[in-house]
Amino acid sequence: MMCRTVDLRHAVLAKNDGLAAELRADLTARGMTAVNLMSSPGSGKTALLERVLTRAGERGVAVAALTADLATENDARRLARSGAPVKQVLTGGLCHLEADQVREHLADWPPRATRALFVENVGNLVCPATYDLGESLRVVLMSVTEGEDKPVKYPTAFGLAHLVVLTKTDLAQPAGFDEEVFADHVERVNPGVEVLRSSARTGEGVDGLLDRVLAACSGVTPHRPVLARQHLERHGHTHAHEHGHEHAPEAESGPEAAPEGPDEAASDVIASPAGQPSDAVLQTVADGS
Amino acid sequence: MHELSIATAVVESADAAARRHGAASVESVRLRVGELAGVVADALRFSFGLAAEGTALAGARLEIEEVPARARCGGCPGDFAVGSPPSLECPGCGRSAAELLTGRELEIAAVTLPEPDAPAGVPPPSLS
Ligand SMILES: Nc1nc2c(ncn2[C@@H]2O[C@H](COP(=O)(O)OP(=O)(O)O)[C@@H](O)[C@H]2O)c(=O)[nH]1
Ligand SMILES: [Mg+2]
Ligand SMILES: [Zn+2]
Ligand SMILES: [Zn+2]
Repeated sequence: MMCRTVDLRHAVLAKNDGLAAELRADLTARGMTAVNLMSSPGSGKTALLERVLTRAGERGVAVAALTADLATENDARRLARSGAPVKQVLTGGLCHLEADQVREHLADWPPRATRALFVENVGNLVCPATYDLGESLRVVLMSVTEGEDKPVKYPTAFGLAHLVVLTKTDLAQPAGFDEEVFADHVERVNPGVEVLRSSARTGEGVDGLLDRVLAACSGVTPHRPVLARQHLERHGHTHAHEHGHEHAPEAESGPEAAPEGPDEAASDVIASPAGQPSDAVLQTVADGS
Repeated sequence: MHELSIATAVVESADAAARRHGAASVESVRLRVGELAGVVADALRFSFGLAAEGTALAGARLEIEEVPARARCGGCPGDFAVGSPPSLECPGCGRSAAELLTGRELEIAAVTLPEPDAPAGVPPPSLS
């Protein structure tokens, strides 16, 4: 049978990326900044966040938190003790949050005065890293009991962080944690990123983290990771159009394609039959985040 | 499982492309997956079969092109393989990378579709 190859160059997560970008703009318009907190389970996200929310209250800063949990509402209950508005996203077993799940909760929430919205992601360092949630500050946390080489084992998560937070520093000595080796591993995957020490026990780093968040809220551009500096394609063909590139000359021999979406419809490049992909769609665009 | 979400997104977008081009089925899908995309190719292959069931992608082949991570040095004119375990420090001059050139791709490069059938209404040639 004859075949034809349709060249797409379509980012698999384009839908999530698009939603996340919309959400970021929407939050900005509402005077709010989202902070995405990621770590392995048990690194101390909830414990640290509870203190940060409490401290924000003391400092008169309106904050709120959305927490993802596989099945229970324990984290939401713990966080609510701070007095800040808290909502729980039940992910029903999904191992990461996606932008649409976050958006669902933000229609009439949190209260209008809220400046920072903390999102506690599902405890996992693999896939949450690939899903933009519309945050302006992405924080990756790790505790002193998890091993100094964790950053190179999870390079995508650590490599895309705007800020790295080392947690449970009260346990650093008993755990024999080597902070220099850790800093070196962080630097390998994310040169120049700041590492903030914290402990939910002693309170170290609580004000520091809140300060970083408030800086992001007032529009200070966070650190820009090297990994985020790859120009990823989002809507190759659309941009190929906009940039005036020519599409492959072959006309489609099949029935007229019914356009479905505003962007790629009718602009896929056909290399027929089973031919070379056209370089007309190799144009890449800045991913903007 | 994470790769199931990715596989579902792949199936949705390949299915949409097939429909735009009037194809009822898809022969194969070619994916480009960067070394630092945070996706495990084998898990993705497994999930793809599940996600494709009951769609135009059922039985389609998944071709995964793994893209090595390379970075451009910020200190010298070179570029280098990020390697495994990864390091964004230039092996030539020791400075940090200025940008990642490749390695975070997660994209559908192409779909291969069967040629459209003969126009509707034309009966197949009789063998009598
Ligand atoms: N010693 C110590 N234990 C902590 C600290 N932060 C969290 N923990 C403990 O670590 C466990 C997991 O913390 P949790 O906040 O639930 O982690 P999450 O899964 O990342 O939200 C709990 O038993 C906490 O009491 C800390 O700073 N120091
Ligand atoms: Mg938690
Ligand atoms: Zn996941
Ligand atoms: Zn160099």
